[in-house]
Amino acid sequence: MPIPASILTLAAGILLALVSLWVGQNINLMPVAAADDASAVDALFKVLFSIGVGLLLGITAMLVVALVSFRRRPGDHLDGPAVEGNLPLEVFWTAVPAIVILILGVYSYDIYARMGGMADFNHHSSMATQEVQQASLGHPADPETVIWGGIDRAEGMAFPVEVTAMQFAFVFHYPQQNFTTGELHLPLGQPVELRLKSNDVIHAFWVPEFRLKQDVIPGQPTVLSFTANRQGDYDIICAELCGPYHGGMRSKVVVEDPRNFEEWLIGNTPATVATAPDPSPTA
Amino acid sequence: MTTSALPTSPPRMEPHHMDVQHHTPWHEYFGFSLDHKVIGIQYLVTGFFFYLVGGALAGMIRVELVTPLSDFMARDTYNQVLTLHGTIMIFLWIVPVVNGAFGNYLVPFYVGARDMAFPRLNAVAFWMLPPAGFLLLSSYFIGGAAQSGWTAYPPLSITTPAVGQIIWIVSVLLLGGSSIFGAVNFIATVLKLRRPGLGLFQLPMFCWAMLGTSVLVVLATPVLAGALILLSMDIVAGTGFFNPALGGNAVVYQHLFWFYSHPAVYIMVLPAFGLVSEILPIHARKPLFGYRSMIYSILGIVFLGLIVWAHHMFTSGTPPWMRLFFTIATAIIAVPTGIKFFNWLATLWQGKLALNSALLFCCGFIFNFVFGGITGVALAQVPFDVHVHDTYFVVAHFHYIVFGGTVFVIFAAIYHWFPKISGRLLNEHLGRFHCLLSFLGFNICFFPQHWLGLNGMPRRVAEYDPQFQLINQISSVGALLLAISTLPFLINVVWSLWKGTPAGDNPWRACTAEWLTSSPPPVENWLHEAPLVTEPYDYGSAEDAMPVTTVQGRELWSAGR
Repeated sequence: MPIPASILTLAAGILLALVSLWVGQNINLMPVAAADDASAVDALFKVLFSIGVGLLLGITAMLVVALVSFRRRPGDHLDGPAVEGNLPLEVFWTAVPAIVILILGVYSYDIYARMGGMADFNHHSSMATQEVQQASLGHPADPETVIWGGIDRAEGMAFPVEVTAMQFAFVFHYPQQNFTTGELHLPLGQPVELRLKSNDVIHAFWVPEFRLKQDVIPGQPTVLSFTANRQGDYDIICAELCGPYHGGMRSKVVVEDPRNFEEWLIGNTPATVATAPDPSPTA
Repeated sequence: MTTSALPTSPPRMEPHHMDVQHHTPWHEYFGFSLDHKVIGIQYLVTGFFFYLVGGALAGMIRVELVTPLSDFMARDTYNQVLTLHGTIMIFLWIVPVVNGAFGNYLVPFYVGARDMAFPRLNAVAFWMLPPAGFLLLSSYFIGGAAQSGWTAYPPLSITTPAVGQIIWIVSVLLLGGSSIFGAVNFIATVLKLRRPGLGLFQLPMFCWAMLGTSVLVVLATPVLAGALILLSMDIVAGTGFFNPALGGNAVVYQHLFWFYSHPAVYIMVLPAFGLVSEILPIHARKPLFGYRSMIYSILGIVFLGLIVWAHHMFTSGTPPWMRLFFTIATAIIAVPTGIKFFNWLATLWQGKLALNSALLFCCGFIFNFVFGGITGVALAQVPFDVHVHDTYFVVAHFHYIVFGGTVFVIFAAIYHWFPKISGRLLNEHLGRFHCLLSFLGFNICFFPQHWLGLNGMPRRVAEYDPQFQLINQISSVGALLLAISTLPFLINVVWSLWKGTPAGDNPWRACTAEWLTSSPPPVENWLHEAPLVTEPYDYGSAEDAMPVTTVQGRELWSAGR
């Protein structure tokens, strides 16, 4: 007696699920993670990757099976069966993706909220809030003090750094110490808040290892707050086309031990220093 | 198929016209023809010319990226090249070909009409295309082409050399206008020119796809036109609509731009979906699976397509609620799209598949588009998009959609309708070789780019981190294969036009109305009355059908017949 098709299909489905789970969990396509929420993004990516592998393999397998086993044999001029539809089947493959999509949406919303994406950007600056209220009452707000977008963990105690983007460089200003540098240094394990401004065109601040990116928009300050959790040097990359030297618009972020960071801060505080001693000469 | 049994009217054409019906004089293709078939071919050939130009530009990009240094062309030239590449491929190749070429050629047949509703408007729409295209290309030679990408985000587009940017705007306005004229014509033709007796729910799926697409064009394209006119005033007249230095808002431009340019993706893929729905049932010898759900999914995509634009702006200056709303709207669009793909698989299932070039290109399309759709759902998730936005991951994703998706369908459609257009079959060996080379080249070119984006290579760069060199070189090899894959196709078309096997009226044994006339069809499509095709997918035999040639009387008896 041949094995019933339903059992073969079930076995194929189980195999497909196992393979896609294994691939999603074991094949790492992401660079190293160096910020607190990067691992949450990676976890989301693994889920997306598993579902994607399962879907792609499943559909490709169906396609290949169809092409092989339903190919027209020479001399066969008959038609296939006149099947015009199957309502329960169509309802099934409408409902299942819809449910998966909604679950994914809730999951990614949860991660995004944890990252600080849903924060009220202007909560900690009562002045800015007033300005927004004034603007809604017909008084113009000063756009330079309102935050227009970004990711903000709303911790209030984050270490502030002002980032200015221009063609074709990033410049970092430490307001508490009042000095400016071309290389971003950040303390390990402490929340920081980058306030991003552009002097000319739109740029984007991207550190792949932090899984964070934010456009830097002239006239519309944005914010990016996070906690770096792995020591090392990482590239800061401009991700928005900003002119001929866009590809060369890079800088470096150095995540270092808080003690080294303090030393670096103190060493730079009195004067405006363009370059800094690099504690980890890996680059 | 059900051909009309209505009282026959006297033949429309006098006998002496029948001698010349097959020969559209060659100069007609270079003139202001009002024949929808001539206009369709004009779109197709013009579009293909610009495909070769855009492909050459893509080749220049891939050559530049063979090394991590900016060493093949000047940096501003590189930005001009990538701007021209994107603009040409979208506005002069894909949109005109899937809408203008196949829409014009097929829709009058499918509704049982002898031409489009407004033939003169149709010709005007086509003749806006060549001037716009050559204007765009000429900008390179008069002061340099636009350098701000096909998105032309201000303030960059305000600060780059003005001449090129203004020519770019004029050119895109002309192309957008042409697209709107075409869309008005399609809506009027599908709704008002249907042969008496032909209902909306009896139309071939391509008509529904063109109807949905045209609604998107009419609703969204004027918004782009408005945005570009304001942008041109910022550049020329020094106004400050989008210029932050003058109190303008650069992000508003992005909203207006994507309000058109996201639906533009559906303007590029919905007609392709329609073409696949025509091609697959014929070569699978089965009805289109789920006719009604195919229509509802087109309408769903049209509606949702209008409310997802801000997913291009997740890292821009957008408030949190907006990022959330557009995440969900964007991901949901996968549901109606998924329905279409499951329906196509079900159409193939248990069919009698002719493994010819048209069907194989459609299968390539299914694989590529499913891949692009999966990365699309991933990109809709804000936390992931924040990482990969504006990287090569996005470049790979949208090439899987518009190249692996739509361009593969364009080739499938050419293999499928070439016998009708020319009266001769294309060579199948060369065709399948073209398909194989395209599929390999495409995937070798774009598959590795996902990894590049995940690991830190932004898009639109002429120079990159040396760690990405090997993968970029693999991608460039794929691009070379893609370029080579065009050769068997060109040879095939030229050779088959001269020497191809005569196709006959209906080589695929198809039901739809364009096959119920001569190949090529006469000027007004049918010499006789327009056929009434109320079941365009009337393929397939009943579940208990028996082959007439081999069945024996005993079997008929035992089956109770």
